[in-house]
Amino acid sequence: MSPANYPAGYRYTKDHEWINVEGSVGTIGITDYAQHELGDVVFVELPKLGAQIKTGQSFGTVESVKAVSDVFSPVSGEVTETNSLLSDSPEKVNQDPHGTAWLIKVKLADPKEVISLMDAAAYQAYVDEKTQEQSA
Amino acid sequence: MGAKMVNFGGWDMPLEYSGILSEHEAVRQRAGLFDVSHMGEIEARGAGALDLVQWVTCNDAAKLIVGQAQYSGLMTDRGTFVDDLLVHKISETHFLLCVNAGNQDDDFHHILCHNRFEAKLENAGPRYSQLAIQGPRAKETLQRLTRAALDSIRYYHFLFGSVSGVECLIARTGYTGEDGFEIYFEPQFSEKLWSDLLGAGEPGGMIPCGLGARNTLRLEAGMCLYGHEIDAETTPLEAGLGWICKLGKGAFLGSAVLTRQKGNGVSHKLVGFEMLDKRIGRDGYPVSIDGREAGRVTSGGPSPSLKKNIGMAYVPRESSAIGTQIDIIIRSQSVPARIIALPFYKRPHELEKP
Repeated sequence: MSPANYPAGYRYTKDHEWINVEGSVGTIGITDYAQHELGDVVFVELPKLGAQIKTGQSFGTVESVKAVSDVFSPVSGEVTETNSLLSDSPEKVNQDPHGTAWLIKVKLADPKEVISLMDAAAYQAYVDEKTQEQSA
Repeated sequence: MGAKMVNFGGWDMPLEYSGILSEHEAVRQRAGLFDVSHMGEIEARGAGALDLVQWVTCNDAAKLIVGQAQYSGLMTDRGTFVDDLLVHKISETHFLLCVNAGNQDDDFHHILCHNRFEAKLENAGPRYSQLAIQGPRAKETLQRLTRAALDSIRYYHFLFGSVSGVECLIARTGYTGEDGFEIYFEPQFSEKLWSDLLGAGEPGGMIPCGLGARNTLRLEAGMCLYGHEIDAETTPLEAGLGWICKLGKGAFLGSAVLTRQKGNGVSHKLVGFEMLDKRIGRDGYPVSIDGREAGRVTSGGPSPSLKKNIGMAYVPRESSAIGTQIDIIIRSQSVPARIIALPFYKRPHELEKP
């Protein structure tokens, strides 16, 4: 697996979601590591607008040919937007997981929540360790 | 190789190399190479070999000519599957059975227990490796490495020949719904044949394929997978495999039960379905008909060739007609699906049937 560039401004979870906070709104997606582990993504199920989501709880699923994976929210808040691109082009999750294939936008209940999440360097180290475990 | 690995029946197997979708497409459009060395081999030799095979399997091995292979079921005395298998007739007194990796030892002991025919039995898995070359360009690819007349091998027939200098059993069989070959040889030549075949196939766009694509390909072709569509609780008649169930050949293990079941009709049977929205019905999901739980999905997932989501499931016989609306329960929600004919996919130029 080629080293991915994890955007410096994003925060990351141990379940391989990322969040990019601008003002009081966070954009959430899954990481390059996650899309690679899943393989070809064929379906993405997202919450409805206005849904309340909670930290650590599943807000949707990303399905590859072989597997169904829950997506866990890095924060609590209200869903203000979902990425409509993914309903017809779920493969974008493989192609651009940190960019155009974001999943949802959330109005944060508590913007301070993201501070406890990993930054890019910490997440890269976390992923490197996982990759080593797998090849060991 | 950059393969993503998975444990399968005790074997470390490649799940995918370049991606399931691209591997699937390569097999449908060009060619794919699969390492299926995990498959088990059991050999029966001697004057009683045919009688033994006839007793433990449900298809009619007496119909085979030397150099012919047959899809069959290894039966319990209840007419259910110990395993499904390919029976190759090597000579009048020698049969090679190709069985599932995870079942090999159970199969061997089962056959041994029923060997009152004094056949000589060998659990021969360790003596064989197997590669599958599948897809419309499989023949031209393999032909680059052998003088054997591949054109002369009809579907579900085989011969012995040298591939890249290695003695092989070359069978025109497969588990993808495409034309192709499965070759059996001594394990010491695995790496050589793998790399020689990949080299020979590269100009034609052949790529290495893993278990993931093998599963999507066989599902589209409506082929059963042990542990999913068939197991020790299902009969060939329930699984839509009446065509391998030769009740007229004489008594065999489970034949009494199967004869009765054929007379009475099955209570539930295997059907194919397509999802009517974008959600995916997968292995193990419940099936509901008219609001009542009525069965379970045995295999389900996206069909890369047909661009829809498909699956197989057991449903009550009275609800098994083509066109019947069913629901697949996906994460507690009823999602509409419709029963459609199997197989889902047929290759454009169907080879002559065995």
